[in-house]
Amino acid sequence: MYRELRATACAALVLIGMAGCASQPPESDSLYQALGEQAGINRVVEALLYRIADDVRIAHHFADTDIARLQEKLQEQFCVEAGGPCEYTGDSMADVHAGFDLTEADFNALVEDLIAAMEAERLPVTVQNRLLQRLAPMRADIIYR
Amino acid sequence: MNKTALCGILLCLAGSACADTGGRLLATGGVTNIEGSAGGGIVPWAVLSGYGTRDEWGGDAFATRVDTGDYRLDAFGASLAFNNRVELSVARQRLDMDALTKAAGLPHKSLNQDVFGVKLRLFGDLVYDRLPQVVVGAQYKRQTNFLIPSLVGAQRDSDTDFYLAGSRLFLGAVGGYNLLVNGTLRYSRANETGLLGFGGDRRDSRSLLKEGSVALLLNPRWVVGVEYREKPDNLSFAGESDWQDVFVGYFPSKRLALAAAWADLGEIATLEGQRGLFLSMQLSY
Repeated sequence: MYRELRATACAALVLIGMAGCASQPPESDSLYQALGEQAGINRVVEALLYRIADDVRIAHHFADTDIARLQEKLQEQFCVEAGGPCEYTGDSMADVHAGFDLTEADFNALVEDLIAAMEAERLPVTVQNRLLQRLAPMRADIIYR
Repeated sequence: MNKTALCGILLCLAGSACADTGGRLLATGGVTNIEGSAGGGIVPWAVLSGYGTRDEWGGDAFATRVDTGDYRLDAFGASLAFNNRVELSVARQRLDMDALTKAAGLPHKSLNQDVFGVKLRLFGDLVYDRLPQVVVGAQYKRQTNFLIPSLVGAQRDSDTDFYLAGSRLFLGAVGGYNLLVNGTLRYSRANETGLLGFGGDRRDSRSLLKEGSVALLLNPRWVVGVEYREKPDNLSFAGESDWQDVFVGYFPSKRLALAAAWADLGEIATLEGQRGLFLSMQLSY
């Protein structure tokens, strides 16, 4: 009985410990630096936009998008999320994606394009993961809206 | 099979020359455990097989061999996952034990069982959202040559394991590398996963068993990790050891996954120090 109680308590702790935390602003600009500051971020955003344009899975969602504005807002957003000296002047993620009814698969397709873009810019896996970790909490405001 | 089809399949396995299997991210279906459920090699995880999202279906076919010298376990099977919600699986296991058969003059050279699995995702997501992905599962097992298990004290030739599992991928958690943590609680009386039947002369009720895995993703394609699986000890004729392994997984595409592990299986049916190589291949669709 003691053994079973201990196992249950252990499992409960593991599950609670796994719960994600709400996104807070980064404490330092180390990720911003690792991405190559604004110039590096801009290269990633440009590479991402080219990949999206070639991605038959999701390109159609951007048919009516002002790409120049999207590029500018993504540059700001990645900068802010990386702890850089920027301000995000775009609309909220929920507002921007309302009515698109984007799926999980759409979202992941963009993640794959972003990873490919960061690979092409030769960013280390550890830096890629840290940016993805900053962006991942946005998914709930983006899909099925 | 004609050359074009074969070529297509090979291109498919190698990478992106075919339609994607599903919308989930690479490696998020894990590999297939020896009982046919998506997971690590010896532990079922809270992930569902294949790469289907909530709008898609997917699945896997797998083959695994574990060779310790005295024993050789072969397992193969297939699974289907619907809308990243329900996974159905079937697997067949064969444990060859030539050494023991000769030494003890046993009437069979192998122990066999079939496993029918169902897994239900309760809530959460492996990568996103606030809660980890949590599943409940059941594995109905049918030992198909029960003479030897019955002679060493096993009480029944079929039974069901129940389990609760939670899995989470922590992005950038260890020096920027992604970390996968899995905990599984199994309620079972399967002897050596069921190959030696269910329940025994020493203990015939189910035990609550802890299983776990921790894996580090070196990049999206390569994973290294460890697994641990607590086992019951129901039969008095021999001890049954907990299992553990260290593994490396390779995901060249969403179609193919390969896993290799060094497994320490301890004492199995009176033979101690059973260690050996674990190799597994998985095709996803």
